[in-house]
Amino acid sequence: MDTSIDETTIVNLLRVGDEAAFTSLVEQYHASLVRLAHLFVRDGAMAEELAQETWLAVLQGLNNFEGRSSLKTWIFTILTNKAKTRGKREKRSVSFSDLDDPASDSPTVDPDRFRSASEGIKEGHWVNGPTPWRDIPEDSLLYNETMKVILQSIDLLPETQRAVITLHDVHELPSNEVCNVLGISETNQRVLLHRARAKVRQALEDYLQPEK
Amino acid sequence: MEEQMTCKELVELVTEYIEGTLPNDVRMRVESHLTGCDGCTNYVEQMRQTIQLTGQIREENLSPEQRDDLLKLFRDWKKA
Repeated sequence: MDTSIDETTIVNLLRVGDEAAFTSLVEQYHASLVRLAHLFVRDGAMAEELAQETWLAVLQGLNNFEGRSSLKTWIFTILTNKAKTRGKREKRSVSFSDLDDPASDSPTVDPDRFRSASEGIKEGHWVNGPTPWRDIPEDSLLYNETMKVILQSIDLLPETQRAVITLHDVHELPSNEVCNVLGISETNQRVLLHRARAKVRQALEDYLQPEK
Repeated sequence: MEEQMTCKELVELVTEYIEGTLPNDVRMRVESHLTGCDGCTNYVEQMRQTIQLTGQIREENLSPEQRDDLLKLFRDWKKA
């Protein structure tokens, strides 16, 4: 997600109490914060409350924000720290490995799309390989529908995969910051990201090329 | 000479390939496979398009209650 005004500007606007700057940040991140909180606390109202507490902590901490991480990473880190504490108090100690997709080493592409051993020398090669997608012009109906397909497919992901793809590909946090925010290893992050992307790609292929 | 990588193996390496985290020797095997394989070249391109489109998602609108709560929080903070 691209941030059109740079972060220093936003931080300075917030420090002087600019409501529009706050509103634009909230619109970009609040829904993701609430969803992320859900990883740690079950209760929907509590997840919402944690996201609100995060915004208050952001405002109160503005003068201490030194820009060592990006603003968005700082916001997500405040949320996960609060959520982890709350999750423990609720005796819901969450570990990402517990929440993982049980089939985390299963193939991400349907094995039927590749030749099997009985089919001879080209074992493991595409039977019916991907072909290029048609153009999706940004102002088209197709574009709007395509974005809906992506959102729906992200919603259907296991929650850890959804958290990783949301932070990495939607909000464009670098991998090391995603790992810090979620408290997971680089390897785990890459596996989750790969599985998430593969499913979103499949949903797009089903939508753009239903004959496949 | 190592055995050639299959398409089925390659598709599992695409995220690491795109993120640039593959060891050099593996990356070279991926690239040599891609040179001769349209299916995998298209697959990698589709993953890139997927990432690019995902990056254009904007969050859905907040509910009026959420917006009111957050504005109140902001105005209270400003007064304090």
